[in-house]
Amino acid sequence: MSLRADRLRSTFKKPTWRAALFWLLPALFLGVFFYQPLLAIFNLLISPEWGFAPSTLNWSQVWQPLRFTAFQATLSTLLTLLVGLPSAWLFARFTFPGKKTLKLLSTLPFILPTVVVAAGFNALLGPRGWLNLGLMALFNLDSPPVQFLNTFGAILTAHVFYNTTIIIRVVSNAWSRQNVRIQQAARVLGASPWRTFREVTLPLLRPAILSATLLVFLFNFTSFGVILMLGGPQFATLEVDIYIQAMHLLNLPLAAILSILQLICTLIITVGHNHLNRKTSQTISTRSRNMPVRRPKRGVETFIVVVLVITLFTLLVSPLAALALRSVVKLDANRGERGEIEQGFTLQYYTALWENPRNSLFYVPPIEAGRNSLVFALITIAIAISLGILVAYGQNQPSRLNAFLDPLLMLPLGASAITLGLGFIIVFNKPPFSTLTFPILLPIAHSLIALPFVVRTLGPALQSIPASLRNAARVLGARPFRVWWEVDLPLMAPSILVSMIFALTISLGEFGASSFLTRPQFPTLPIAIYRYISQPGALNYGQALAMSTLLMLVCAAGIFLIERLRLPDMEIF
Amino acid sequence: MLTIHQVEKTYEGQPLLKKVSFTVQNDETVCLLGSSGSGKSTLLRIIAGLEDAEGGSVTWDGQDLTNIPVHEREFGLMFQDYALFPHRNVTENIAFGLRMQGLPKEVIKKKVNAALETIHMTTFAKRKVTELSGGEQQRVALARALAPEPRLLMLDEPLGALDRTLREQLSQELRRILRETQVPAIYVTHDQEEAFAIADRLLLLHDGVILQDGKPHEIYHHPHNVWVAKFFGLGNLVAGHVIDHNPLIVETPVGRFLADSTGQPEPLGETTLLFRPGKAQIVPEGETNRITGEVIDQIFQGDRYLVTLNINETQPNFQVLLQEPHPIGEMLTVSYQPKDLLCLEN
Repeated sequence: MSLRADRLRSTFKKPTWRAALFWLLPALFLGVFFYQPLLAIFNLLISPEWGFAPSTLNWSQVWQPLRFTAFQATLSTLLTLLVGLPSAWLFARFTFPGKKTLKLLSTLPFILPTVVVAAGFNALLGPRGWLNLGLMALFNLDSPPVQFLNTFGAILTAHVFYNTTIIIRVVSNAWSRQNVRIQQAARVLGASPWRTFREVTLPLLRPAILSATLLVFLFNFTSFGVILMLGGPQFATLEVDIYIQAMHLLNLPLAAILSILQLICTLIITVGHNHLNRKTSQTISTRSRNMPVRRPKRGVETFIVVVLVITLFTLLVSPLAALALRSVVKLDANRGERGEIEQGFTLQYYTALWENPRNSLFYVPPIEAGRNSLVFALITIAIAISLGILVAYGQNQPSRLNAFLDPLLMLPLGASAITLGLGFIIVFNKPPFSTLTFPILLPIAHSLIALPFVVRTLGPALQSIPASLRNAARVLGARPFRVWWEVDLPLMAPSILVSMIFALTISLGEFGASSFLTRPQFPTLPIAIYRYISQPGALNYGQALAMSTLLMLVCAAGIFLIERLRLPDMEIF
Repeated sequence: MLTIHQVEKTYEGQPLLKKVSFTVQNDETVCLLGSSGSGKSTLLRIIAGLEDAEGGSVTWDGQDLTNIPVHEREFGLMFQDYALFPHRNVTENIAFGLRMQGLPKEVIKKKVNAALETIHMTTFAKRKVTELSGGEQQRVALARALAPEPRLLMLDEPLGALDRTLREQLSQELRRILRETQVPAIYVTHDQEEAFAIADRLLLLHDGVILQDGKPHEIYHHPHNVWVAKFFGLGNLVAGHVIDHNPLIVETPVGRFLADSTGQPEPLGETTLLFRPGKAQIVPEGETNRITGEVIDQIFQGDRYLVTLNINETQPNFQVLLQEPHPIGEMLTVSYQPKDLLCLEN
């Protein structure tokens, strides 16, 4: 071997070079499709061509949505804690019939698309939902008595539905992992159960509770689909306002200001959350004994447990069951249908998905939206998994380069889908790179949203492969590619599958960026649902619910599969 | 034959291996003995090709291995944590190296079965490795390393993760397997009993240098320097200086002693005398090489007593092994024969 080749080989061996090589493609991708749009939003404010001047701005247009966003996020978070903390206690301390089912159900909201949840609450409490139709039939009313849609309560309810899971997961995990001997020590030292809880258990839980609370607050702060579909136009949060200003009022500079404000807020929350998480990740000694679970004692304890279980079941199941049932039952008249209608079980809404009536909203059968969504989702999976694997390997190199590149990847976590959508329509507005001529922009946006989840799944999986396994394979005669093929790949396979499901469900259900980037001739399922559900006529409503149900089933299958594949040390949050 | 020549390595700027040289003959088991941090595992990894040496060379039968990648060296390495592939069962783990050699399926099957028999685990063939006990994992790791018939087997603290009884049992079995297969082996450990049980030859590694190289009993009976004597816990070490060479006389704070000079490098000036506890004798008055102190402690050890003497402030804990008990507070005199007193390099 020549001296030069020798030097080249030793240079390539240096972790920094290898890290750089792995990072090259992901960094390029993030640069073009994330940082460029982000910079374009900033640029919008300083470039003269938009004629933006701070003096002409009506600042109340900025402060009001910010105030409302913070207000609704705070209130939603408090309500979520109210339901979530007792539930976390329930899961951490007790066994009870149906616990497994309830636990599985509680994972559902995490992955369900906002349109599906909105459609679920619509089918339960909306003007054409079970409750109102039932009351109307019962008391012979002409109009729906319960006004749920377009109320502040609807937003709060949906947020509690969504985020209780997070509190339960994070807090009950931390709770059940507490070393029971620490509490036993407190009891032996003379503390009453309540005193032990207050002075030992709770302080130890505090970081987990804070971390979960901040995460819930972040999700509430950036909530878009729920607010748009359940709250209606009078409840404009930052996200909804960005969308309205950009897409309906074409006031891009105001949208940009709101976006930047939103970005700053979410970044602060994200950084705070990460900081907290770093503090909580303390190693637990191998000799610790985890908290045992037991049956509730007779009396008050049983009563509380039963009430909690029923509340959780109702909260989690009722909107989803209402959705699925409502999609196969005909209760009101189709558009243009007159006189008596035949009520009862029907598959009409499903079969109609394949039809293309003249008055269709998109001039294509609605099922086309499903096909589009599927194609976009597959592209998203391909992009997100390839980039995710590269990033995971880059992060796994012992190089200082990672200290600079890791935060680069974290930023997309803080930026919302709406900001991304806004940035995209500002940057990619001319052929050949416009949403019209370059439909792959949508899956690219989806990939950016999915990428942090993919990296968070693949990264730990890769890191958990001991170097000695690779070394063993090498010593036994495997060449480098063979080592990867025989050791890395099979050991990462479950995590790759989990990431693929994440990418799939995120893409299928994504609503925020899609509402900016979807073109009428290529609707995705959530966009189609959004359009159909507000149309008059039982058929349109029914089709929206049918599509939502299909989407819900796919996502539910996905999360159940993830639960089955869940590796022992995997944490999504 | 493996030849290590002047191998150097630094770790975080500190020298870890300082021009280490030794050879391993074709049918011998060499034990690399040293405390943790002595660089013994690193040396193994350099031989395996998992790490690059910063100087010197590793050759096999005269062929320089520097540019031979790990997977072409045909060496076997048994890892400290065994590194069994968790996604493969016992059979698949053992078959891995054979598959890499591209052998036909039938041959692989036969060799795996033979390997399973060697480690007495034929009934475990389809078991998941994650369900095995520590000792079973250890045996599978050994079978996996041996199955491809490596030209050299390296074992990195193979019994380190096991408890004491299992360790003694398995070191017997390891000995048998190494004898049967006749594969040249390098065995890394920090446990001297393990090393004595396994090794044909011992290499004592300390501070990146091989301090002594020889058969286990040679090293035990003739340690070259103070560190070796301390490492093996050979006995009381008393610093002194040579005042005469023929006969060899050493002056120490606890007296003047006639010492053994055969087979030792010529000691000059400062030296250290080794008083083995077991060599102390109770003899009548008048003998030379006497040492007197107050009994301050004694421990019953079954067939004898470990007695601690306070000689003076330089030797407050001088230990001797005696047949008879001696009450605490007694002034006791013991003596040593000149042939039992070794002069060590400092």
